[in-house]
Amino acid sequence: MAQKNSLPGFNLSLGYALLYLSLIVLIPLSAVFIKTFSLSWAEFVEAATAPRVMASYKLTFGASFIAALINVVFGVLTAWVLTRYQFFGKKIIDAFVDFPFALPTAVAGIALSAIYAKNGWVGSLLEPLGITVAYTPLGVIVALTFIGLPFVVRTVQPVLEDLGAEVEEAAASLGANRWQVFYKVIFPAIWPAVITGFALAFARAIGEYGSVIFIAGNMPMVSEITPLIIITKLEQYDYAGATAVAAVMLVISFILLFAINGFQWWNNRRFGYVK
Amino acid sequence: MLKKLITPLLIVLLFSRLAFAETSLLNVSYDVSREYYKDLNPAFIKYWKAKTGESITINQSHGGSSKQARSVVDGLAADVITMNRSPDIDVLFDKAKLIPKDWQKRLPNASVPTASTSVFLVRKGNPKKIKDWDDLVKPDVQVVIPNPKTSGNGKYSYLAAWGYVLKNGGDDAKAKDFVTTLFKNVPVLDTGGRGATTTFAQRDIGDALITFENEVFLIQKELGADKFEVVYPSISVLAENPVALVDKVVDKRKTRALAQAYLEYHFSEAGQDIAAKHFLRPQVESAVAKHYENFKPIKLFKVEDVFGSWSKAEKTHFADGAIFDQIYAK
Repeated sequence: MAQKNSLPGFNLSLGYALLYLSLIVLIPLSAVFIKTFSLSWAEFVEAATAPRVMASYKLTFGASFIAALINVVFGVLTAWVLTRYQFFGKKIIDAFVDFPFALPTAVAGIALSAIYAKNGWVGSLLEPLGITVAYTPLGVIVALTFIGLPFVVRTVQPVLEDLGAEVEEAAASLGANRWQVFYKVIFPAIWPAVITGFALAFARAIGEYGSVIFIAGNMPMVSEITPLIIITKLEQYDYAGATAVAAVMLVISFILLFAINGFQWWNNRRFGYVK
Repeated sequence: MLKKLITPLLIVLLFSRLAFAETSLLNVSYDVSREYYKDLNPAFIKYWKAKTGESITINQSHGGSSKQARSVVDGLAADVITMNRSPDIDVLFDKAKLIPKDWQKRLPNASVPTASTSVFLVRKGNPKKIKDWDDLVKPDVQVVIPNPKTSGNGKYSYLAAWGYVLKNGGDDAKAKDFVTTLFKNVPVLDTGGRGATTTFAQRDIGDALITFENEVFLIQKELGADKFEVVYPSISVLAENPVALVDKVVDKRKTRALAQAYLEYHFSEAGQDIAAKHFLRPQVESAVAKHYENFKPIKLFKVEDVFGSWSKAEKTHFADGAIFDQIYAK
C-alpha cells in the first residue's frame, strides 16, 4: 500500500468493498466452479460441449449480441429524444423506459408471446408476410431486446445531458454539417457510455431465463437457450452437469465483458477522456 | 440498549414458536394440484378440529415437481410431500436420507391416493379427426406436449405413446420410430404442463394437446367447454400421484401424528370424493366404484409394468443423450 491517497480511510473502505463483493458475488460464483470438480475432465467436457449445449451457446450469445446491438441503436435514439426535446408526456415516456427493469420477466415473456403469437396483435400482422416471431429464435431476440432496453438509455442519457446543446451549436456555427456534428462531437463523447450500456444489456441478456422460455418454443438445437439447458439438468438432479454448463457460460461472459472493458479503456486513452 | 431490543424479540420468537410449533403443516406439492388442495385442506382442518379439538393451519407450496423436491432436499421444512411421480419423492431418500427407502409401503396402494392419465384435448369439432395415438403422428398434425426433460406431465405423455406401440404388438424399435415421429410434430416444448396449456388454448398453437385428464377438465371449466373436445385414446398411462411424510422434518417439528392423519385423509371417503370432484381418479377401491361413471374406463398401464421401474425409464429415455435427446440430434 505504497500509494498515497488524499482521502482518508482507504484501507477500511477497500476492505469493506472486498468483503461485500466476496459475500455477494465471489463466494456464490466460486461454489459453481467447486461443484464442477465432482466431474472428471472427460465428463466435464462431455456435459459442456454436447451438440445440444453447443447449439444453445450459439443461440444465447448470438441472440444476446444482436439484441444488445438493437438496443444500442434505439437506446441512443431514445436517450437523444429524451434529452434534446421538450414535448408533452415526456416524463411519462421517460418512466416507461424503466418498465422492463420492474416487470417480473415471466410476465414480460407471457405478454410478448401473447402479442407475437400467430393470433396476437402483432403476430397476426406478421403472419401473412411469412414472419413468425413467437416460438422461433426471432422470439428470443425480441424478448432479450425488451429486457435490455433500459441499460443503454440510462447510461447514455446522463452523458448527453452533461454534453449540452451548446457544444452542438458551437460545432454548427464553426461550419460542421449535421453528420459531422454527430460523428465528430457527440459520438466521441457518448461512445464510452454506449459501450457500457451495450455490455450491460448483453450481460443481462445472456443470463435471462424467465421471459425467454415463454416465447422461445424451447426446441432442442433450434430455440433452446443455455439457461434452459441448466434448468433442465437441475430438474434431473444433475447438479454437476448443470454447473459445468454454467461455468462455461460464466467464463465466456467474463472474457467478453473483460474484452469490452478493455476496449473501453483503450478507447478512453485514445480520445483522452478521464471518465 | 441492545439488550432492551433483544429481550422482547426473544419473547416474541418464543411465543410464536409455541403458538405455531405443533399446529401447522407444510405440504410441498407439484404445480397443478392447487385447486385440489384448496378444497382438501379446509375439509381436513374441519375434520381434525372435530376429532381432536385442535385448530391447525396447512401451508401449501406449489411449483414444478423436481424443483419442489429439490427445495425439500436442500432444507425446506416440508412435513408432507405430494407429487405426481414417485421419483420426485425417491430423491428425498437418494440425496438426503430424509425418508426411508421403502416409503411407499407405509400407506395403502403404495402411497398413491389419486391418479390421472394422459389424454388429448382437440379443438371444437375435432377438425383433424384425432381419435387415437396413431392420428397424432400424421404429417399434417401438430401436437403440444410439455418438455419431458423438465415436466412430469411430458414424461407421462411420452411413455404413454411408447406403451401404446408396445401394447399393440410393436417392439422397442417401432416404439422409438413412433415417438420420434410424434415429437417431430411438436412445435413448442413448454417447460411445464400449464405452459403447454397456455400455448395450446390461448396462443392457438397445435391441433391437439396431450396433458393430464384433470388438467383437461380444468381447461374446459376455465376456458369454456364449447371451444375444445376431450379425446380418450384407446390406451394410456396411469399417472400416479404419491404422497409421503418427511420423517426428518416431522420428527423435528413433532408433527408426525398430524402429518400421518393428513395423508390418511387423502385415502378416506371424503378425501377421495374431493379428488374425484377435481377430476383426479380415486385409487381406493370403494371410491373407484362410487365414481365409476365420472371417469371414462380406458385401458391404463402402470409405468412399472411396461418400463420395469421409473429409474429404468428415466435412464433409457430421458437422461442426457438417451432416446428423447436422440430425437433431436442432427
